[in-house]
Amino acid sequence: MLGFLIRRIIQSVFVMLAVALIAFMMFRFMGDPVNSMVAENATTEERDAVRARLGLDQPLWMQYGRFVGRAAQGDFGLSWRNARPVSTLLAERFPATAELVLVAAGLSLLLGIPLGILTALRPNSFSAQTLQFLSLIGISLPTFVTGILLILVFSVWLGWLPSFGRGEVVDIGWWSTGFLTLSGLKALVLPSVMLCLFQLTLIMRLVRAEMMEVLRTDYIKFARARGLPSRSINFRHALRNTLIPVITIFGLQLGGLIAFAIITETVFQWPGMGALFIQAVSFGDVPVMAAYLVLVSLIFVVINTTVDLLYAVLDPRLRVDSPRGAH
Amino acid sequence: MTLLSVENLTVAFPGRRGTVNAIENVSLSISPGEILGMVGESGAGKSMTGAAIIGLIEPPGRIAEGRILLDGQRIDTLRPEEMRRIRGRQIGAIFQDPLTSLNPVLTVGEQLIETIQTHLKLSHSEARERAIDWLRRVGIPAPEARIDTYPHQYSGGMRQRVVIALALCAEPRLVIADEPTTALDVSVQAQIIALLRRLARETGVAVILVTHDMGVIAETADRVAVMYAGRIVEIGQVADVLKNPRHPYTSGLMASIPRIGPRPEVLPQIEGAMPRPGNRPEGCAFAPRCPHPVERCTRVRPALEGTATASVACHLTEEVPA
Repeated sequence: MLGFLIRRIIQSVFVMLAVALIAFMMFRFMGDPVNSMVAENATTEERDAVRARLGLDQPLWMQYGRFVGRAAQGDFGLSWRNARPVSTLLAERFPATAELVLVAAGLSLLLGIPLGILTALRPNSFSAQTLQFLSLIGISLPTFVTGILLILVFSVWLGWLPSFGRGEVVDIGWWSTGFLTLSGLKALVLPSVMLCLFQLTLIMRLVRAEMMEVLRTDYIKFARARGLPSRSINFRHALRNTLIPVITIFGLQLGGLIAFAIITETVFQWPGMGALFIQAVSFGDVPVMAAYLVLVSLIFVVINTTVDLLYAVLDPRLRVDSPRGAH
Repeated sequence: MTLLSVENLTVAFPGRRGTVNAIENVSLSISPGEILGMVGESGAGKSMTGAAIIGLIEPPGRIAEGRILLDGQRIDTLRPEEMRRIRGRQIGAIFQDPLTSLNPVLTVGEQLIETIQTHLKLSHSEARERAIDWLRRVGIPAPEARIDTYPHQYSGGMRQRVVIALALCAEPRLVIADEPTTALDVSVQAQIIALLRRLARETGVAVILVTHDMGVIAETADRVAVMYAGRIVEIGQVADVLKNPRHPYTSGLMASIPRIGPRPEVLPQIEGAMPRPGNRPEGCAFAPRCPHPVERCTRVRPALEGTATASVACHLTEEVPA
């Protein structure tokens, strides 16, 4: 297990170096950065002085090395737009996105798995058929449409929930949370519902398909033939085997949630990293874009490594160094 | 004394083109400690008979006719929850493929202990003792250590031993072994059959041994029922049936077993194929393949007739007094 972990961490480092290279290259897409820093009539000497001061006269690989070294310490330089450290900007925005994604992911699991089980155990019941039909809508409607519909119904017509913003937040250290105030919680409802809807239907349909598959296996038939109660067969014997592929997809989709959060944050003017990124794109604020890219990639890598470790917990066949008996 | 008797059992599957009978008018009985072999080719209805007895016919299949009695009590009409209590406790089952019969994410011990505790009022540690004891009885070496390992850490033969322990651990009085050796190596097959025979003798459990291997029947069973196209065509003591098969299908089966010795040019076989359910002829289902049919065979379906110990369903045997 430890060897596996070390191997995964080394792989992850290489992935992150590659991502950092792409982020670093972005600075080059925008043309010579010195042009935008000196006066229009600056002499060549003045330009070279600025270039030397910023270290831009050094070979490319040294510049990349310095970029990686600073990025590893969380230093992505200053935002070109408002001249504040990028790391501070991201740190301010991170809690909003994290809470939104957390609630959406939690909702999609807490509702998706039970609904999937329900539709698998009673595939011909009216409720299962209805859920299947609704899930088809959920999976095919674009999220921004559902977001706007949610605003129309719950904010405009019913007036129950706010249509934008995070509500009141409470600061705990550097983390600002919306979980502790009523307006914060109310503000979370619509964005997280919009964000989770796709995942929820995906997980429900996946659990249903996997569960129906598992219920047809020999070991379930054998468990029935031994007279085990159906509760144990469904939840102890079948569910664990069902969850293994579900976890893979969920891990991949969790990254997708962070990516989709950009759209949700735009629709609900949610002050998170996604909204920050959209602003950065429209202003050509490369340091913010580069830092966002690196951060999101890091989150992806961490999630996928965690998922691989979770497999081993659920599926004993993958515990590589577990003791093997005589054959 | 009869432990289980099946009377005129018909299992029907409603389909788009009308109802199809997977098995028809199957009657058999088994006494405590007896091993009843059931042979026949794939699709003859051997496994379906076993599934009907244990109450696990896949829907939409259902018992259309007949009854199943355990100790003289009907079990085919029990409610699902009552039947669940009988499964494992009174009637156990052993399945064909040991590689897929065990749950991969639970240890062997967890599966054994859960089965024992479902049927017997025992504490966890008592159930664990019993589980270790059963692993020892089915010949798993070092059961105290192996009980906490997972099925994938066992070989195929060892897994089938675990499956047998699981089927017997709540001490049922009848076990239905559905092709228990088909998926195993030949050398392991003999060990598993020997184990089954020994456990049947030790525990007094009756065994319905479903197989298509006449050799296994000859070695293991007390009586044998030969099935063809959903019906029992011959049933009797193993020695009698194997030495003097009375139904032409049984003779054909016996003739097509390869023998050690001078090789014949062609291995004898029964020409043609068994009719599928729903496509069976009006008369005797074997008539189209029978080497010496008489006119009546294509019109009238022969009934299973004979004494308590030996019966056969064939018009030819009716005319020749036994």
